[in-house]
Amino acid sequence: MHQDTGLPAGDAGAADAIDGGAAEAFLSHDQSLRHAPGPYFGAYGGRWMPESLIAALDELQETFEKAKADPEFTAQVADLNRNYAGRPSLLTEAQRFAEHCGGVRVFLKREDLNHTGSHKINNVLGQALIAKRMGKTRVIAETGAGQHGVASATAAALLGLECVVYMGAEDTRRQALNVARMQLLGATVIPVTNGSQTLKDAINDALRDWVANVETTHYLLGTAAGAHPFPAMVRYFHEVIGDEAREQILEQAGRLPDAVCACVGGGSNAIGMFHGFLDDHDVALYGFEAGGDGVDTGRHAATITLGRPGVLHGARSYLMQDEDGQTMESHSISAGLDYPGVGPEHAYLSDIGRAHYEPITDAEAMEAFKLLSRTEGIIPAIETAHALAGAMKVGRRLAADLGPGEKASDRIVVVNLSGRGDKDVATAAGYFDLLPDDSAEQEIAEEGEQL
Amino acid sequence: MTTQSTNSPAGGATGVGHSKAAAAIEKARSEGRAALIGYLPAGFPDVQTSIDAGIALARNGVDLIEIGIPYSDPVMDGQVIQEATVQALDNGFTVPRIFDVVEGITRETDAAVLVMTYWNPVMRMGVRAFAERLAAAGGAGLITPDLIPDEAAEWLEASDEFGLDRVFLVAPSTSPQRMQNTVDASRGFVYAVSVMGVTGARTSVGAAARAVVDAAHAAGADRVCVGLGVSSSAQVREIGAYADGVIVGTALVAALRDGGVEAVAELTRELSTGTPKTAPGGTA
Repeated sequence: MHQDTGLPAGDAGAADAIDGGAAEAFLSHDQSLRHAPGPYFGAYGGRWMPESLIAALDELQETFEKAKADPEFTAQVADLNRNYAGRPSLLTEAQRFAEHCGGVRVFLKREDLNHTGSHKINNVLGQALIAKRMGKTRVIAETGAGQHGVASATAAALLGLECVVYMGAEDTRRQALNVARMQLLGATVIPVTNGSQTLKDAINDALRDWVANVETTHYLLGTAAGAHPFPAMVRYFHEVIGDEAREQILEQAGRLPDAVCACVGGGSNAIGMFHGFLDDHDVALYGFEAGGDGVDTGRHAATITLGRPGVLHGARSYLMQDEDGQTMESHSISAGLDYPGVGPEHAYLSDIGRAHYEPITDAEAMEAFKLLSRTEGIIPAIETAHALAGAMKVGRRLAADLGPGEKASDRIVVVNLSGRGDKDVATAAGYFDLLPDDSAEQEIAEEGEQL
Repeated sequence: MTTQSTNSPAGGATGVGHSKAAAAIEKARSEGRAALIGYLPAGFPDVQTSIDAGIALARNGVDLIEIGIPYSDPVMDGQVIQEATVQALDNGFTVPRIFDVVEGITRETDAAVLVMTYWNPVMRMGVRAFAERLAAAGGAGLITPDLIPDEAAEWLEASDEFGLDRVFLVAPSTSPQRMQNTVDASRGFVYAVSVMGVTGARTSVGAAARAVVDAAHAAGADRVCVGLGVSSSAQVREIGAYADGVIVGTALVAALRDGGVEAVAELTRELSTGTPKTAPGGTA
């Protein structure tokens, strides 16, 4: 999995990072991997943060631990999930799409049907409640494609919190409609002009804001990365995805799936989905990273596939970095996957071999994007299209490995449909050349923008 | 990977030992003043100028020099310093050049030179390898804005092996227990963050700075220096009345940006008037 990057071997190479004890325990099936509390996942995680923020992280951890054990809090979360976000989300069998997946059965976990159109709402509702419990009046968030920013602005509006969203200046241009959505919801959107002007730099500026305003402000981090307790806490609020999916597939298909697929940027939807199946040893778990133009081109965001252990934004995990330890710029057609790091629990699951991570190129993702739209009437987020393209590969592999007397339709793949594609219509229309030459949209698309 | 023991080794925060930073601060103290500490980024605007600017700091009143490694994701830096470090990276600065800068300054001056660095570049080179090269270049040790003692097991070991100072930060939000652990883990001095925020000149550093210094002293720190927001000789004088050293960064970087090495020398001379020589030992 860890290909040669052409970089000199560092002191923290992938092989060194494997937690042999944990891998052994897992392989012997005597240790549950579910609900790992942090701060460490094997050699990953921790708190690589300025001292100024440690007290806030301690307060957050303590509040979260107490909240989890408080029936009133868990009831609040369940109520919001059911009566506001629209949970449980459906598990839809995709029969026509399955024909392109080697003929295996394919089920889609429909996070796209959640309020605000993605899995992100699970986490923001939980964290906004935590912010209220801490007496904070303001939340800050970072966003790439805008899904987490819109979800954060939504939760803040619902719970009466001030909301500031940091977004790379480049991304505010690419996702102008989502900026408008956040503003309609009452949030302030701050374009970040530092660095590559994308998600990574939005996180840096959000951290700066947090250092200065930590008394009143909760940093509503959008993915299962960052300093402890964020990776464990964000995953906790997303575990509902995997829990529901496991129950639903048992009910609808009468058995567990052979494989579960999800896209991985920071990895929040994937870690939530995986957790439902982590202790089901016969269920293969696949995370699909953004391969961009191809992992050989240098223009990608395939962090686990090609990264090396390092520290960014508060956690030790796989990281796209050069030989000096400087973070490398990532690239993906999907702004939501365009991040050079990954959540530390994914790094651990990769090292011990419990989950497998593979890159999907922009072109493969867009092909799957089109295919799902035309076979199932569902336009997925481009992030999600990476998981769909991966599911096509996994399905074909499963079909190719059938034993005597076995049918492809005996195999089952569950895909986390993490978000809907409304936000990506302009990108896709430009990609597939669907815009009339004289349209305003075409003119804008020619400038590399989305709206 | 869990929290390691933070017991102070010999020569730790409570004793000078072989600490170059402690020796520099003690020398200032023996002259009846707080130490003046100047920060500049390595490689800004180019490697040679950053060496010349460091020498100018030392020759015009700075006791201890802090040289920053330009880094792609400097979350504790304000706009002025980030712009300078971005320029250094754009001009081709690479991490091993930090040793050229340290050596270039230590060869010409007696100033103690600490390197301020975010942790990933050190981790990438290898903590032990980095420490070995820093010591060979004459460096005093490291200031680590995103490495807390809880995660520093490798660095504690390497800094002991090579006799380097390890300066950890404490902040207005630091709990009493963390204050104790951090003071115990530090060697050279303890870096007190004056305000909650990032680097940048401020008109006032507020009462929080004094409270942090007092708390660090109470936890047993012999030397506590204040940084973030200090830009004038008046502030240096005010803080020097209760701290053992005063750290100036952004104002010096802006001077270098706008007026070159000579402007750095001039500002340093002015800042050093904020650390007047009074009666011996009169800074406590």
